[in-house]
Amino acid sequence: MGLETVLFYVFGALAIVTSLMVVGQRNPVHSVLLLIASFGALAGLYVLLDAPFTAVTQIIVYAGAIMVLFLFVVMLLNVGREDAAEYDRSHPFNRPLERRAGTALVIALVVELAWAVWHVSVRQEGALRDVAPGSVASVAEIGRVLYRDYAFAFEATSVLILVAMVGAIILARPRPQSH
Amino acid sequence: MITLNHYLALSALLFAIGAAGVFLRRNLITLLLSIEIMLNAVNLTFVAAGRQYAAVDGQIIVFFVMTVAAAEAAVGLALIIALFRHRESLNPDAFTSLKW
Repeated sequence: MGLETVLFYVFGALAIVTSLMVVGQRNPVHSVLLLIASFGALAGLYVLLDAPFTAVTQIIVYAGAIMVLFLFVVMLLNVGREDAAEYDRSHPFNRPLERRAGTALVIALVVELAWAVWHVSVRQEGALRDVAPGSVASVAEIGRVLYRDYAFAFEATSVLILVAMVGAIILARPRPQSH
Repeated sequence: MITLNHYLALSALLFAIGAAGVFLRRNLITLLLSIEIMLNAVNLTFVAAGRQYAAVDGQIIVFFVMTVAAAEAAVGLALIIALFRHRESLNPDAFTSLKW
């Protein structure tokens, strides 16, 4: 077993376990911190996939900026641990059957994914193709394609960010006390 | 030997975890975090496929997904702050006034 195989399983297991713990946590602060660990594991997988630019962006933008925003809001709201009694009362599993449409959707999705993974694992593909050094991993190539072929999408993204920024400020602004 | 299939299976698992979180959890913050898990599962698929076909387009889509995730997180968290100010709760069942 080569180093790459070992690292894939280590990072993959880390990503799955931390993601499961994110979903299972009652304390939102712990959820956010575990999600940062999950993103770190994914960044390791990106390095294995010859994508160092994406790995670094993942750490800086995702784990750094977006998760700190989450953490900031969680601490601002000061929500703390979820109340176990309220969690049990409002949990979908304790609802009448006709209100469990979401559960049926989860089961359908899991069955579908298991089916797809099984079919994929039966079909033997070769190993990941060897690429010429510097073709996928090169930041210069990414920049060239991004600013030439995807220039319009790139500019549209800046408008999206602007709209999101203005929208977030307007939504979170304190309401004037008129009534 | 690690093949493309390994990466596809891993991201399918991560996506299922994120989807289960959206359906099973009753906390608006955890709901948003589950959406982030799903976005990252899809990102992994894009990078692995881009690696397989020796194209940088996969990584560029990931770049765009990250920007959209940042916008989504900002607006979603602003909505959560506004909702929390109204009801002092993060349980989605507290906000059912518009429900039919």
